[in-house]
Amino acid sequence: MPIQYYIILAACLFCIGVAGVLTRRNAIIVFMCIELMLNAVNLMLVAFSKMHYAAAFATDNASTAGTDAQLFVFFIMVVAAAEVSVGLAIIVMMYRNIHSVDINFLNRLKN
Amino acid sequence: MSTSEILFWFLSVLALFSAIMVLVSKNPIHSVLWLIVVFFAISGHYLLLNAQFLAIVNIIVYAGAIMVLFLFVIMLMNLNKETEPSRNIWMKFSGVISGGLLLWIFVSATRSAGEIVGKTAMIKEGSIGLIENLGKVLFTQYALPFEISSVLFLSAMVGAVVIGKKQ
Repeated sequence: MPIQYYIILAACLFCIGVAGVLTRRNAIIVFMCIELMLNAVNLMLVAFSKMHYAAAFATDNASTAGTDAQLFVFFIMVVAAAEVSVGLAIIVMMYRNIHSVDINFLNRLKN
Repeated sequence: MSTSEILFWFLSVLALFSAIMVLVSKNPIHSVLWLIVVFFAISGHYLLLNAQFLAIVNIIVYAGAIMVLFLFVIMLMNLNKETEPSRNIWMKFSGVISGGLLLWIFVSATRSAGEIVGKTAMIKEGSIGLIENLGKVLFTQYALPFEISSVLFLSAMVGAVVIGKKQ
């Protein structure tokens, strides 16, 4: 597959995530759109990893070029899992305090 | 058109359609379910690129753990009613326009980039995405970041408990 197709696909997913963050008011859906953007970047990294490997494979049959990118994706997933647990705890605390998950009520630090 | 091309287009259309449905669904539970469909489509892409380890980890971590956490929070707060006050129509319009402009910049940068002309991503073959190769590198060259991520998880767990507990 030409690498351009993967770039366009990941860019579309990323921009759908950006549009979601800008248009929705529910904090949980905003958070889900951030996950969508992270996944678009992951897809891009894996596609570039295989592009790199395809170039190296042509000269060296036992090449392991592109392994780093896949490990980066693995670490992105690890960090995303930790981020989601803390973020959802913050959303639960916000719901407990102001009885809403509307991000328009998040305009003050006090209370 | 070969089978892998058909699969690529099918998974791409599925991912984009589900991603748009995440945005336009009124009910948060439907959004979560559509997001799970997106993650399965992306896992299908990983399988097509022969990154089998990442495909399985994506399903286990994202569709299995993170999305269950989202569903748990939505059901805990009883948010499954469609009463989200909608944003001003002009705010929605400007949000979509901003996303579209960003996409336009990405697409035109991709079209004018010289380095990627004629490059292809190898699909269906290549052994770098298998567990054997990734495990070897992860436990030798990347052993320190791997151990540090366990500290990250511990601190995230402690942070979630401290933030979530009642005063």
